[in-house]
Amino acid sequence: MEYKISNRLKIGAIVLMVLGALGMGYGFLDAHHYETEEDVRELLASESHGGGHGSDEHGEETHGESHEETSTYTSESHDDEHAESTLHVEEVDGHELMSEDDGTLSQGAAHAEEGHKMSHEEHVLHQIHNRPWSAMYVAAFFFFMIALGVLAFYAIQYAAQAGWSPVLFRVMEGITSYVLPGGILVLLIAFLADKHIFIWMDPEVVAHDALIQGKSGWLNKTGFMIRGFIFLGGWFAYRYFSRKFSIAQDNADVNDNRNFKKNFRISAAFLVFYIYTESMMSWDWIMSVDPHWFSTLFGWYVFASMFVSGITVIAMVTIFLKSKGLLEFVNDSHIHDLAKFMFGISIFWTYLWFSQFMLIWYSNIPEEVTYFVTRIEDYKLPFFGMVAMNFIFPLLLLMNSDYKRIPWFVVMAGIVILCGHYIDVFNMIMPATVGDRWFIGIPEIGSILFFGGLFLLVVFTSLGKYPLLAKGNPFIKESEHFHY
Amino acid sequence: MEASKVIHAIYTDDDVLMSAVKKVKSEKHHIEEIYTPFPVHGLDKAMGLAPTRIAITSFMYGCVGLTVAIVMMNFIMIKDWPQDIGGKPSFSYIENMPAFVPIMFELTVFFAAHLMVITFYLRSRMWPFKKAENPDPRTTDDHFLMEIAIHDNQATLEELLKETGAVEINIIDKEDAH
Repeated sequence: MEYKISNRLKIGAIVLMVLGALGMGYGFLDAHHYETEEDVRELLASESHGGGHGSDEHGEETHGESHEETSTYTSESHDDEHAESTLHVEEVDGHELMSEDDGTLSQGAAHAEEGHKMSHEEHVLHQIHNRPWSAMYVAAFFFFMIALGVLAFYAIQYAAQAGWSPVLFRVMEGITSYVLPGGILVLLIAFLADKHIFIWMDPEVVAHDALIQGKSGWLNKTGFMIRGFIFLGGWFAYRYFSRKFSIAQDNADVNDNRNFKKNFRISAAFLVFYIYTESMMSWDWIMSVDPHWFSTLFGWYVFASMFVSGITVIAMVTIFLKSKGLLEFVNDSHIHDLAKFMFGISIFWTYLWFSQFMLIWYSNIPEEVTYFVTRIEDYKLPFFGMVAMNFIFPLLLLMNSDYKRIPWFVVMAGIVILCGHYIDVFNMIMPATVGDRWFIGIPEIGSILFFGGLFLLVVFTSLGKYPLLAKGNPFIKESEHFHY
Repeated sequence: MEASKVIHAIYTDDDVLMSAVKKVKSEKHHIEEIYTPFPVHGLDKAMGLAPTRIAITSFMYGCVGLTVAIVMMNFIMIKDWPQDIGGKPSFSYIENMPAFVPIMFELTVFFAAHLMVITFYLRSRMWPFKKAENPDPRTTDDHFLMEIAIHDNQATLEELLKETGAVEINIIDKEDAH
């Protein structure tokens, strides 16, 4: 079954990218309307007049998460160096005075002033400037993780010698073609955004933060980039060779399964590599936006999110191509199996989300719980809304065996699941970078359009390169006759 | 009910049985019952049996279990004695809900699973000391048996069943149809 990306799809994708780029550009322009603290002061004044969300007090609270600790440490260090002046300050009992005092003392103390007095306006300014970067990063990571989730699913199908899925291998290979460009874009944004996303990349912050200093052996920009390239290199290498062997198997003799065996072996090896690197990637690329916070099952949690999004996209692309009459060897039972995976992994995601949330909520240890406090205070709707979208909706919709075989039902559930997992990534990144100044507006939607368009363009171009049936696969007959 | 006659056709292979079932169905004879030593995939479809609704009952039992869990814990922990236990907020159910989720989950599964199994036993009439309904002990080992009621058509039925590959055909007088 030959497929060629249609002009309409190509133009549509390019239009999406152009619109998205405009939206992203607007995001940067808009953010840089506010260049000085004076601008922010005006903004805040207008907001509190407008009866907005009283961000004056509100912001101060949330910002505590990142800066308060910083300031605690700075004042401690000053205690040692300038015990006299600090004493004096304590008598007078005033933070402002203290920072004034410190300001005259040393270079480091100049930052302490930032940490204390300025905080609010400058902090808000930072948040405003972070927003377009974070919006880009969230969307870039979201589409990248879909491709990576599909790659893991593909490797599992090979390693498990699944008999039902070989008819879908070309669809999966098409989607995984986005792993390399998508991954490079994520790294590139991380590199350019620097301290706009990762505050530990800001030497000023690190200098006054003993906690980050203690982690700097892992959290440093050079190491971050090197690790990023190792992860990407490994994933891409697997993707490259498995695609190569899969194509070679098509053209090989009927009794020659050497390429399939090679694919089986590298898939098993890749899965070992993947489960380590995926964990580390989630610490690096996501968890480190909150460098004071840590969670042990975070890697699995991110994995569940990417896995279910990946499977959902496989189902949606399959249904799309089938509706064009290009996959007549794919039957209801294949769709049914994919929908079962969507259902099951959605519940798995919920299990991990809840395990992470409940353990931290239950023990309520201050150093851990701030993570959820900011999310519940400032992100109530997205935080709980995504549980409804990622759990309750697919649970009720995809429980029925008959519904799992109806394409439009699967597509509808898929759209909600994908939106839910976008919000999941949004919830992981945004609270750390823009705090309570979040909104899903032009910069966010622009970024989704841009990376979504790029994703469609890359994936469907790649789908058009080889026949859609991996006819050389030794399980292909079984897969074509698969029925449940 | 009057004493009726049934015909027992015995097969030794499930594939032969399947094709026999299709043939008998196409000749519009009503199959009373089929006895097999193991599940034969697709037999229910071939016989035209209605799909089971046991999954639906299970879903409803699960809802009952969830309700029981919520009502129980809301009464005990929030309404009846809202004690401060380790600083957990017992002001309303929703505030302390994460602590209740493990029990809500387990009771849902418990009710769904056990009540469904009991439903299955009731509907299939299975219980201890129940008299086994087994027309031929060989059907629990390696033989398959198809039972068809006779309505003055013994000869044609025998002919038809022979054709389908039955290794043995017996005519049985049944005292009362169950």
